[in-house]
Amino acid sequence: MDTSMNAQPIEMGIGDNVSDADQYLTFLLNGEEYGVDILRVQEIKGWMATTQIPNTPEYIRGVMNLRGAIVPIIDLRLRFNMPAIEYTATTVVIVLKVECEAGERTIGFVVDAVSDVYNVSAEQFKAAPDFGSHVHTDFIRALATVDDKMVILLDIDRLVGGDDVLNASGSQH
Amino acid sequence: MSIDIAQFHQVFFEESFEGLEIMESSLLDLEIGQPDSEAINTIFRAAHSIKGGSGTFGFSAIGEFTHVLETLLDEMRNGTRDVTREAVDVLLLAVDSLREMLSAARDGADFDANAVAEVHAKLERQLALGGDQAPAATAPAAPTESAAQPAGAGDWIIAFAPHPNLFATGNDPVRILRELRALGRSEIEADLSQLPDYAEFDPETSYARWTVTLDGSVEERAIREVFEWVEDDADISLTRGADAAAATATQSGADDTAAPVVAAAPDADERRTGEDRRTGDERRSTDRRAGGNTAAASSIRVDIGKVDSLINLVGELVITQSMLGQLDDPQTVDFEKLREGLAQLERNTRELQESVMRIRMLPISFSFNRFPRLVRDLSTKLGKEVELKIVGEQTELDKTVLEKIADPLVHLVRNALDHGIEKPDIRAEAGKPLCGTLTLAARHEGGNIVIEISDDGAGLDAEKLLAKARERGLVGADEVLPEERIHELIFHPGFSTAKELSDVSGRGVGMDVVKRNIKELGGVIELHSTFGAGSTIRIRLPLTLAILDGQLVRVGDQTYIVPLVSIVESLQIDPERVKSVVGAAELYRLRGEYIPIVRLYEVFNIEPQSSALEDGLIVVVEGEGQRAGILIDELLGQQQVVIKSLETNYRKVDGISGATILGDGTVAMIMDAGGLIALNRIQPQSPIPSPKVKAA
Repeated sequence: MDTSMNAQPIEMGIGDNVSDADQYLTFLLNGEEYGVDILRVQEIKGWMATTQIPNTPEYIRGVMNLRGAIVPIIDLRLRFNMPAIEYTATTVVIVLKVECEAGERTIGFVVDAVSDVYNVSAEQFKAAPDFGSHVHTDFIRALATVDDKMVILLDIDRLVGGDDVLNASGSQH
Repeated sequence: MSIDIAQFHQVFFEESFEGLEIMESSLLDLEIGQPDSEAINTIFRAAHSIKGGSGTFGFSAIGEFTHVLETLLDEMRNGTRDVTREAVDVLLLAVDSLREMLSAARDGADFDANAVAEVHAKLERQLALGGDQAPAATAPAAPTESAAQPAGAGDWIIAFAPHPNLFATGNDPVRILRELRALGRSEIEADLSQLPDYAEFDPETSYARWTVTLDGSVEERAIREVFEWVEDDADISLTRGADAAAATATQSGADDTAAPVVAAAPDADERRTGEDRRTGDERRSTDRRAGGNTAAASSIRVDIGKVDSLINLVGELVITQSMLGQLDDPQTVDFEKLREGLAQLERNTRELQESVMRIRMLPISFSFNRFPRLVRDLSTKLGKEVELKIVGEQTELDKTVLEKIADPLVHLVRNALDHGIEKPDIRAEAGKPLCGTLTLAARHEGGNIVIEISDDGAGLDAEKLLAKARERGLVGADEVLPEERIHELIFHPGFSTAKELSDVSGRGVGMDVVKRNIKELGGVIELHSTFGAGSTIRIRLPLTLAILDGQLVRVGDQTYIVPLVSIVESLQIDPERVKSVVGAAELYRLRGEYIPIVRLYEVFNIEPQSSALEDGLIVVVEGEGQRAGILIDELLGQQQVVIKSLETNYRKVDGISGATILGDGTVAMIMDAGGLIALNRIQPQSPIPSPKVKAA
């Protein structure tokens, strides 16, 4: 899925990318632009009140009813230790399909705003530099430059798979 | 027109296992000496259909085995053989072997060929002894060895000429030939002279004829039986031939499937694998019953009445819908009618929901039925006399619950037999009837099913239990426990009081596992025991895992659901009755009992409307045998909720058993009373002692 994709010609969209590119949905977080594989996006919803899950870190905003499924909602700003802001009219929940050890899960992510859809080919990938111990880069697949902007492409499976809170099995008493 | 026969396998296995259960229960009911002929008939019919089916599907080992069984039963049916206890024992063993063979065939595994052969031999020994009949009866019982026997006085010459329309009646000549071959040494010759040119060939017409030379010692009746279903669709002649006749050039039996019967090819493969399985003699794990349930079908047999009622309900729903549809003109809307229609819709929906749930409901007899056998075998082994009483076996419960309750029930019954009911001599000393009674009872109580296992045995020795618990450090040396708390100690992991380990029960894993299984099903287990007079274990389970009756409560701006089963009562707080221990733990005095107060907002870290006790209410809940009063802000309504797992997309959360979606589309968490009490106990700021323990 990541590097060599199908050879079908992609309609000329934003940017000057040609074939061999994956499409990424990008969104904004604290002025930074992040991208996720568009095939993982199940839907984009406006922010709605959630039901809290007891004893969870602040970045887990609770759960939401998504057509009968109970879907946990994660605030990505808080997850990345960015300052919290009031939710506004542009605040959206991007619902993604995530593959992890326990199987496929559906999880919603709160972001500041949806930005765009880009075609990004593998040649545009730049490896994320090592920021040392204070920034975890495991879940960054690559950095890419699109229209002179830097887009941080997320590996959503790693982001969720590496999260202890999301994966711990409740302690047994 | 090659038909994939495998698609019928599942049905065959289901029916066969059902047949085995019928055989087993009827065998257990058989009165020694004066058997009920109807019961023997039932057993015979079940065996006969298994034999027929296994022949059709190429499970030849099963077919052969069943054949011997059937012969024995047939003699009992005709009254030429007495029903002795030994015979019933052997027949029961045979049922076990068959079950194992069928499971193996279903799972594509190997069965224990040695064990089966042993039972097979026992069956034949039974056949050989007993019975007033001459050796003629025993001969067909040994098909596998028939090749070694000398040819009889005159072999049977069977001419089998199916009518061209044989296939249209659903019969397969290959199956018949195979059954013939199973009767004894045989040679089969195919006559393909009627076979037309390829261009003329109609695959749905039968062209072949066969001449079968069969061991002369085979009974005529047995041969006739093979042809029972095709008598009207074929010309069959049965004659005794001279020895010489058998020596004529014939095609070997193995080639019979090569005859131009179109459906034959897959059968040949089928049989080969069947034989491979038969030769495999790897030992399978000992517990056949447990193995038999693993890959078990995820299909369900539904009573036609239930389906009919569903169809009726859907019909009503359609009528209601069309009635409401007529009201959609905003100019002339009749609110009275609309309201009526909505009420009807609500009723239809509820009834439909109940009916759909009922489809998953099976009578608990599916689980109880195994116990007569278990009790019979175990009591014999333990040298005890036990009468088993089953009450309410028609009580229905959800299939999933039924499956998961099976093993815990077996464990409890074994325990009752092993530790509960005493040996006859001890019972006599205690002045009890020699024969102990074990009662299995099931009944509905509200939205729950209650299963009780009671015995009139020794009961629990509280002093012995307590001594053991002290020895293991589970209870402090000077701690005083009320009797019921002592009894509950047996649910503690690693607690076994059996003086010596037996293979029946008592390896120290047991009651705690039982309890955990019940808890996983959302149920509770209680124990009442009187020393010297017996014990009763009561299991209370929700009827279904999909829906529960819940009380909606509010804490701050969050709504939670407390399962009604775990609520004891709800009450307003009288500040006078709130007591504290070491300034932190809060207890509420309720009718002489001290109940810890769980401040839900603290445990769940949420913002309450008010933290003052007198502003709130407490809901007294019971979980894991303990009570606690949960402090909430407000009681909302009660409703049935559909349980959704949090683990699908998230993970297990302590104190929460799941979530549901309320009428307004929002999600509400379902509280797990036991988990919550445990969670409250580990909160460091409120060290609350075990509720029922009072210092000496």
